[in-house]
Amino acid sequence: MATLNVNGETVDVEVDSATPLLWVLREQLGLTGTKYSCGIGACGACTVHIDGEAVRSCVVPVSALSASQAVTTIEGLSRDGSHPLQVAWAELDVPQCGYCQPGFIMAAAALLRSNPDPSDADIDASLTNICRCGTFNRVRRGIHLAVGLDKSGEN
Amino acid sequence: MADRHVSISRRDFMIGTAASGTALVLGMYLPLGGRQAQAAEQAPEINAWVVIEPDDRVIIRVARSEMGQGTLTGLAQLVAEELECDWSKVETEYPTPGQSLARDRVWGSFSTGGSRGIRGSHQYVREGGALARALLIEAAADAWDVPVGECSAAASVITHRPTGRTTSYGEVAAAAARLVPPNTVELKDPKDWKIAGKPLKRLDTLEKLTGRQVFGADLQLPGMLNAAIRACPVFGGTLTAFDDAKVRGMPGVRAVVRVHDNAVAVVADTWWQAKTALDALPVTWDEGPNTKLSSASIAQLLEEGLSADDAFIGNRTGDVQTALADAATTVEAVYGYPYQNHATMEPMNATARWTADRCEVWCPTQNGEAALQAAAEAAGLPATRCEVYKIHLGGGFGRRGAFHDFVKQAVAIARQLPDTPVKLLWTREEDMLHGAYHPITRAKLIGGLDDKGELVGLRVRISGQSILAAVRPAALKGGADMITFQGLLPHGDHAISYTVPHLLIDHAMRNPPVPPGFWRGVNINQNAIYMECFMDELAHATGQDPLAFRRRLMTNQPKNLAVLNAVAERVGWGTAPPDGVHRGLAVCKAFGSYVAACAEVSVDDRGQLKIHRIVAATDPGHAVNPQQIEAQIEGSFVFGLSALLYGGCTIEAGRIQQENFDTYPSMLIAEMPQVEAIVMPSGGFWGGVGEPTIAVAAPAVLNAIFAATGKRIREFPLLNTNLRAA
Repeated sequence: MATLNVNGETVDVEVDSATPLLWVLREQLGLTGTKYSCGIGACGACTVHIDGEAVRSCVVPVSALSASQAVTTIEGLSRDGSHPLQVAWAELDVPQCGYCQPGFIMAAAALLRSNPDPSDADIDASLTNICRCGTFNRVRRGIHLAVGLDKSGEN
Repeated sequence: MADRHVSISRRDFMIGTAASGTALVLGMYLPLGGRQAQAAEQAPEINAWVVIEPDDRVIIRVARSEMGQGTLTGLAQLVAEELECDWSKVETEYPTPGQSLARDRVWGSFSTGGSRGIRGSHQYVREGGALARALLIEAAADAWDVPVGECSAAASVITHRPTGRTTSYGEVAAAAARLVPPNTVELKDPKDWKIAGKPLKRLDTLEKLTGRQVFGADLQLPGMLNAAIRACPVFGGTLTAFDDAKVRGMPGVRAVVRVHDNAVAVVADTWWQAKTALDALPVTWDEGPNTKLSSASIAQLLEEGLSADDAFIGNRTGDVQTALADAATTVEAVYGYPYQNHATMEPMNATARWTADRCEVWCPTQNGEAALQAAAEAAGLPATRCEVYKIHLGGGFGRRGAFHDFVKQAVAIARQLPDTPVKLLWTREEDMLHGAYHPITRAKLIGGLDDKGELVGLRVRISGQSILAAVRPAALKGGADMITFQGLLPHGDHAISYTVPHLLIDHAMRNPPVPPGFWRGVNINQNAIYMECFMDELAHATGQDPLAFRRRLMTNQPKNLAVLNAVAERVGWGTAPPDGVHRGLAVCKAFGSYVAACAEVSVDDRGQLKIHRIVAATDPGHAVNPQQIEAQIEGSFVFGLSALLYGGCTIEAGRIQQENFDTYPSMLIAEMPQVEAIVMPSGGFWGGVGEPTIAVAAPAVLNAIFAATGKRIREFPLLNTNLRAA
């Protein structure tokens, strides 16, 4: 049994405490926007926020979490897809297959939280997610566009 | 009517899913489209491609799979263009392979590979749209009792021109569905396109931004169990035994089952439980005949092939032996290209439900019809009693087209748990160990130049693996695998870019027991490295400019030359690059399109490579969605450069040594160059866009590295190569 705070709600889950947060989100809570790809924290497809910090949830056992820590998944990033990053991503048609994109968006959202106007070098240093289709340049443009949208108060 | 099959399948699925009523399915978008079952029952199918809802929504059926390449949107644009419908009302739907079987393959091929999604079906999908438009107009004319010729359609509205009366597609759809279609229909000239040819946004983006897009790995069905699998890690090995008593008591475990002759699976309530129990399961293997297979033994086999007598000829002109003997200068080089894994972000998976008289499979697949055949074979049922529901793919790259091993496994597991849906999901490790690998080859190239520096003879010997021999032997031509010669052939979609008076290109087929497969680009990737890097070698060996040297050999290849000239002009070839920056070129024809690239790179004193800028041009004939072509060009550099920098699977003791992204890295955003894409459709033909540019990515960068360092690299990937060391 574990008690977690996910997307603003407190939930009790019946699960072995060694289970990675990723699989609790996906299999106990039905939040499948957070993806499995490598299982060793190498690719970032499973990125969520814990108290606003980007974390690779496939290597975090639920036993390491308490109900006082706020877990945010792609489903909880905004109510209706209106986070500036989501708006920018839609504007630029960033995704291709899309499987890695929730992880990219969550990693980028954590970056913007700590650094509201990142340089290209800041983006390079903090976004280490893998995308095999090759969306990197639109991801970069999307982050810059989101900053612009935020500044112009459109969102 | 025939459409009912589609509707019933969807309704059953949606009702079934809704009935589960658990938190597990909340917030999920179902993979069979957003249409409501009730509306679908009423909605008239105008023809196989077009369904019009009473509220004017247009459902366009797309048989090819969407795996990121944008085909879903591009094909819908082509249908909508001829249909003259309101693009804002367009939705898409996958017909099922079972429906295709029942309707005499009315949707044609489902195969989504070889950059054929659009170029292989543009004619009949446009005709589908045009025929539907004709029927809708005819229905309106009938209702008004006026001549058809006095009516026209635009943006889903039909107008009777003499009176100005209008009606909508939704209003006449039911009547149109009852009419007999005309035998022929005229298609628009692409210069008149208003929807096709435009940089419209994709139809599948929004769900991918919120987590609502369901991939195969995300699927949840009522009562579904989850399976984790392990196959013998040694190629050709089999399963001897497993001790399920050790794991049967573990949380959630429902069954431990043998899968075919080489694998064992644990089935549990959740996938994590299944995987945890599988990790704890004692398994013994019979490792079979390949335990001594290694990268070194394979290299030896291929080395022998470089000078062997047996070889299949791919391209021959003149008398290369004499030309080389008479040449003023000869240049020789040997290149080698490794095994590579597709490494789709979404690992292989499939969900199956089996009963004694029916089998259903939900899976990401590049070829729904092949998935259906695989399901039927594994189910022990005729295909008419099976069905496959396609789901958007989390990457395909060729892994999910010709190979449905994961479907056969899922069905084999489900057969042992009748009437229970089972989702099989591979671990990344399983995915890396049981790929359908990019085949391994080596190439020896000898060029002969006359005293003016003109290339008079070129001899290319390829030694290595055939895909077709392993995957589709019936497609061999007199034993030869012509796919091996992509980019080097005398004519066709993969014709060589140069005219050389005396030429011989042949292939000594050497097939190690490592399963090869189609791969994004496949053989054009290494063939373009061999050819384009060697052209660069020939130019430098005779003190010539690599662009001028190529141009002289391309007078018979004006379209190849045009894309090469376009990148040279944009990059400023012949002007000085920024300090410390060096340039390299590459050009080729692949999948019917003409592509070229120029890379600008620097290499620092420690050998650290920085790729600053790429200029890339593509002439695909017709450009259905230019902004998506740009996305494919950019993405091709990620795929092609990841392969160049990091893509290498090595073998020891009969098994692959790279099991995850820690030892099989992929390029990151920090390594990504600026890409300037030039989309220059010249009309008159239909080329692919998902793969061609991959071929020029690596050689352009390699030639720029040579320009920077004076060192020629001929073995890949670059992962462990110091670019500065001698």
